[in-house]
Amino acid sequence: MRHSGARIVLECLKREGVDTIFGLPGGAVLPIYDALYDFEGLRHILVRQEAAAGHAAEGYARTTGKVGVCLVTSGPAATNLVTALQDAMMDSIPIVAFTGQVPTHLIGNDAFQEADNVGITRPCTKHNFLVKDGKDLGPTIREAFHLAKTGRPGPVHVDLPKDILVKETDLVWPEKVHMRSYNPTYDGHPGQIKKAARLIARARKPVFYVGGGVISSDAAAELRQLAELTQVPVTTTLMGLGAFPSAHPLSIEMLGMHGTYYANMAVHHSDVLVAIGARFDDRVTGKVDMFAPHAEIVHIDIDPSSISKNIKVDIPIVGDCRRVLKALLAAVREELKEEMPSAVREARKQWAEQIVEWREKAPLAYEWSDDVIKPQYVVQEISNLTQGEAFIVTGVGQHQMWAAQYYKFKHPRHWCTSGGLGTMGYGLPTAMGVQAANPGKLVINIDGDGSFQMNSQELATCFTEGLPVKTVIINNSGHGMVRQWQRIIYKERYCAIDLPGIPDWVKLAEAYGCVGLRVTKPSEVVLALEKMLSTPAPVILDVCVDKDECVFPMVPAGGANTDMILALPTREVKDKAAKSQTGF
Amino acid sequence: MQNGNSEPRKHTISIQVENKFGVLSRVAGLFSARGYNIESLSVGETIDPTVSRMTIVVHGDEFVIEQVMKQLHKLVDVIKVSDLTDDNHVERELVLVRVNAEPQHRAEILRVGDIFRAKVIDVTPVSYTLEATGDEGKIEAMIELLKPMGIQELVRTGKVAIARGPKTRARKVVEASKRPRVSDDPRVVGFAD
Repeated sequence: MRHSGARIVLECLKREGVDTIFGLPGGAVLPIYDALYDFEGLRHILVRQEAAAGHAAEGYARTTGKVGVCLVTSGPAATNLVTALQDAMMDSIPIVAFTGQVPTHLIGNDAFQEADNVGITRPCTKHNFLVKDGKDLGPTIREAFHLAKTGRPGPVHVDLPKDILVKETDLVWPEKVHMRSYNPTYDGHPGQIKKAARLIARARKPVFYVGGGVISSDAAAELRQLAELTQVPVTTTLMGLGAFPSAHPLSIEMLGMHGTYYANMAVHHSDVLVAIGARFDDRVTGKVDMFAPHAEIVHIDIDPSSISKNIKVDIPIVGDCRRVLKALLAAVREELKEEMPSAVREARKQWAEQIVEWREKAPLAYEWSDDVIKPQYVVQEISNLTQGEAFIVTGVGQHQMWAAQYYKFKHPRHWCTSGGLGTMGYGLPTAMGVQAANPGKLVINIDGDGSFQMNSQELATCFTEGLPVKTVIINNSGHGMVRQWQRIIYKERYCAIDLPGIPDWVKLAEAYGCVGLRVTKPSEVVLALEKMLSTPAPVILDVCVDKDECVFPMVPAGGANTDMILALPTREVKDKAAKSQTGF
Repeated sequence: MQNGNSEPRKHTISIQVENKFGVLSRVAGLFSARGYNIESLSVGETIDPTVSRMTIVVHGDEFVIEQVMKQLHKLVDVIKVSDLTDDNHVERELVLVRVNAEPQHRAEILRVGDIFRAKVIDVTPVSYTLEATGDEGKIEAMIELLKPMGIQELVRTGKVAIARGPKTRARKVVEASKRPRVSDDPRVVGFAD
């Protein structure tokens, strides 16, 4: 039976198991919206700006493991979407983005709302397609979903010219996807796994350094088994939070620029560092030649190009984290059958003691105040009240780092933050996608006043679509992270960072039909949070915090991870930071 | 990269790609986005019309080249990537040169062309246009000898390269012809083949 291209697109989405689309209509995609009018089985969520559709799809994908889908029109809609695509690219999030395009005979004609969509999205997608023939719709969509979710996941963009959507054609639906040029490696090399197992079993100062790959391959259970079997401490990246419970005795929490002192010290002094689904980002390594200088490095990653990109690796293992960890677990069990030399056992005992010592020397801490709310305290209370069971989403900035440091993560796929790209405004739209994917569950967006303003229009979507996202604005009346850098590194020459109490967040929430709450005293924080959690509607809780608070520990960009600034700097420290500064 | 920098040098990388529109810009975009320098790039269809082959010459140390290879391989439309530099392979480039043909230089130009087995493909009262193929050394040497006469314009294709022997894509290797090879010519030893 022949259908319009638009109808075929929807039919293909349904066959791919899609239940929710985030989108915004416009001229070039009108045929799809017309087909959607009486198409059953797809929920369409109308966003207020196209980037939000992309971020919502990301939130959907990150918390469910399924492919997120967004649909926008041509030209400006496609260019608005670019930020979300690049965000998904950097964080390896599987989404498929559909954009409209002017009819094929007008492509290249500078037509109304025309942009070279595939040209623009080429570097910020895993792959992209321009469909030029109706019979290619099915196979292309099939390939797009296959590419998005297999191998190293990522965003795939499909550009749909209007005439292709209008013209009637037969649905072509290949049962299997075969691409001769795309064959990701899933199983690690057994020889390499054996070598790694041997190294881990005999290591004196081992550390597991865990990234988002463990979450996207659903390997948290295997990781925990391996860590408990070998008693190796685990540090996670910003993307890896939730892959290992923060409160586990072996957890040394996050490493890197704003990681814990003990995680950075442990990594620095380790003799075996096992990187699992992590990519040695500059925010993790600091100065590369000072990163884990004594360690033999094992690197497990599905993307061969991640290996030896920033740091030279001794034992590379290309494969899916889950499958490799399973094999590694078996191989380590085999190794552990042999009695360990007593020197190794003794060294491991000392290593554990050393880590405890570091932990006691510089735990995550802040100065309490009775008068002004400390942002860290807010996150701690959110953590206490939700017991690690909520879905936590953040914007980008200081609040993001405090959330990463002070929230006690229990489960994988419960944490969404823009790790690689650092996209301000990511919080609300992503939380919206998370809520749509997890109805009835608690979704909390911990955001900053600067970050939240970049996509605050989505409160309208939350209200109209019945998505009761709870937003906690850590309101320090400014761009706090920039302020912190200007304070510590740029000699307090504050420039363009003030956001002086505008808008009134309570009124803004009310203007959008949501509930607005405000808290200014430390003693009222818990009550306010409880009120927020018990409100069934979308809520904004405006928490007016100490604007002078900084995120510590901090490794100035380009500095070594051992040169952490642990507290408010003295003059000396400031000079040192200024010297080691090599770039934002 | 942390340590162990090898000397940067030229690498000849041969890739097979899907013969689809946009592939060239994916490859070119990768090089510009990651800051690698392409010295030359040439593309053409292979015996299988759905596959194109690109020969890319890129300058870098072994870590840069390793990343280039991995990143190329990561492109979804790339089927196969090989670094021919240290393998047994043959490289050729084609050059077209239009040289000033002053009466006193005409004989010399033809002689140079003859030595390098170049063809004269166009003649005007004021110029000769020569066509020559060979590896980089030969092409450079010829250009060097023609420079004194005054080169008006010069166009090079960039390198194409093919692995020798069983690694070539062609199923049937045509028996090496009996024609004399350029390198057999005592006048051009050191330049050709």
